[in-house]
Amino acid sequence: MSNNTNDIDNAVTVSNVYKNYGDVEALRDLSLDFPRGQLTSLLGPSGCGKTTLLKIIAGLLPADSGEITVNSQPVTGPGPDRAFVFQDFALLPWATVMRNVAFGLELRGVNQSEREAIAEKYIGDVGLKGFENSYPHELSGGMRQRVGLARALSVDAQVLLMDEPFSAVDEQTRRKFQEDLLNLVKNENKTFIFVTHSIEEAVYVSDQVAILLPRPSRVSEIIRPEGFRHKDATSIRRDSEYLDIVDRIWASLRTYVE
Amino acid sequence: MIRYRSYLLTFLSAFIVLGSWEIAGRIPVSYSFPTFVETITAFWVLLLDGTMFVAYGETLKPLVVGVLISAFLGIGIGLTIGLSKKFDWLLSPVFVVMQTAPLAALIPLLVMIYGIGLTSKVFVVCIMAMPVIVLNTSGAVRNTPASIIEMGQAFLGTKRDIILKIILPAASPIIFAGLRLGVSAGFIGAILAELKITPTGVGDIISYSRSIADYPSMYAAIMSIILLAVIFLNVLERIENFLFKGTRQGYASE
Repeated sequence: MSNNTNDIDNAVTVSNVYKNYGDVEALRDLSLDFPRGQLTSLLGPSGCGKTTLLKIIAGLLPADSGEITVNSQPVTGPGPDRAFVFQDFALLPWATVMRNVAFGLELRGVNQSEREAIAEKYIGDVGLKGFENSYPHELSGGMRQRVGLARALSVDAQVLLMDEPFSAVDEQTRRKFQEDLLNLVKNENKTFIFVTHSIEEAVYVSDQVAILLPRPSRVSEIIRPEGFRHKDATSIRRDSEYLDIVDRIWASLRTYVE
Repeated sequence: MIRYRSYLLTFLSAFIVLGSWEIAGRIPVSYSFPTFVETITAFWVLLLDGTMFVAYGETLKPLVVGVLISAFLGIGIGLTIGLSKKFDWLLSPVFVVMQTAPLAALIPLLVMIYGIGLTSKVFVVCIMAMPVIVLNTSGAVRNTPASIIEMGQAFLGTKRDIILKIILPAASPIIFAGLRLGVSAGFIGAILAELKITPTGVGDIISYSRSIADYPSMYAAIMSIILLAVIFLNVLERIENFLFKGTRQGYASE
């Protein structure tokens, strides 16, 4: 199951990263590669430091030591090559859908007509046409996360960092999101790093699942669910390889669940 | 329909309060407690003979200057405190002390330092108005949801962008709430200054009519300052609604 990284083009690499919060060791000597154009999940029980790792890659948190590169450039802070999708959406409550989606571009100094044209396109892409002038509190949880996704897509970063993006939406919406995400990975030539605590979700959407074990966090296993990737979105959940991998991951994680 | 009903309720509430005032004045509860009708008559007399306008010309000076200083300086200092731990430790205690200090007892000290002129009165207004503005502003800034600040950083916002486009709008409802409280405290301060330092303006009408037992005029003057404060607070709320259309969540002061 482990892959030879030499012949693979990695968009993001993490090598020997350590991170402590005071006396608590959050990440110890963590190394992981993220192949370009693929979706990699960080999966693990709560408190295993997966969000910490994602924020370090985003440049929102500094690592104590170790190196992170994006397109072979070392990460020193947030950059235009990465966009973030937040667990709690992180929308501006006083701004319309249009302004929220265009906000990333606004912060980059793109002029209003240009950024609204780009935002318009992505609002349509995520299926929110007609809601341009609504405020976040007028939208459902699922629609809010579509706004968050459109904002991340509109800045056209090569790497999309998603922090449990579907955990705050209801189960039906979540399934629809997962199917949409598969299409997104297929159609957009981007690298996705996806944090989740749902085993099914990770196996369903990922080209590569990195299983993190807690206290302190380290990568215990990398699984590449490849056999059913070519199947259409609706039949994956009945695929026997899919079910086997879900079972196997649960078997290795269950001892870590209190 | 709802609007119509809310006006009806406002009218009803005013009717009950003023009605009980009239009844209490007629009993009478105390010789020095005039009826509502007497008070409103005295109010018209003061208004028509120009006394009220001259008085407000005097009272508004320390009030406007004090409130403006408190608002701009208060929000500025509040932002600084909210954004920096160092300034929080340095400055917060000053305003907590200011807020809890027995102001009336400190006025003689202010008079000794700044005399009996405008400066002392402006100081009294500021001491009343500024702490609540500063403390509300700093609290609001500190309570900006961490995730939207993180969002600003992740999407490459500069420090300035994050303050102007995220923290300030997020804090604005509470900043304005502090501003409203500060302004009402400023009104109290302005009258207090005129009663305690030198009797001028509306404070003069109050203390003069009390000394000649013209209680209706005295209450008319007090009523006028309340009226002015309520009108001003309403204007402030309209400004807020105009500036931050998306964040209005209904603060009733009508």
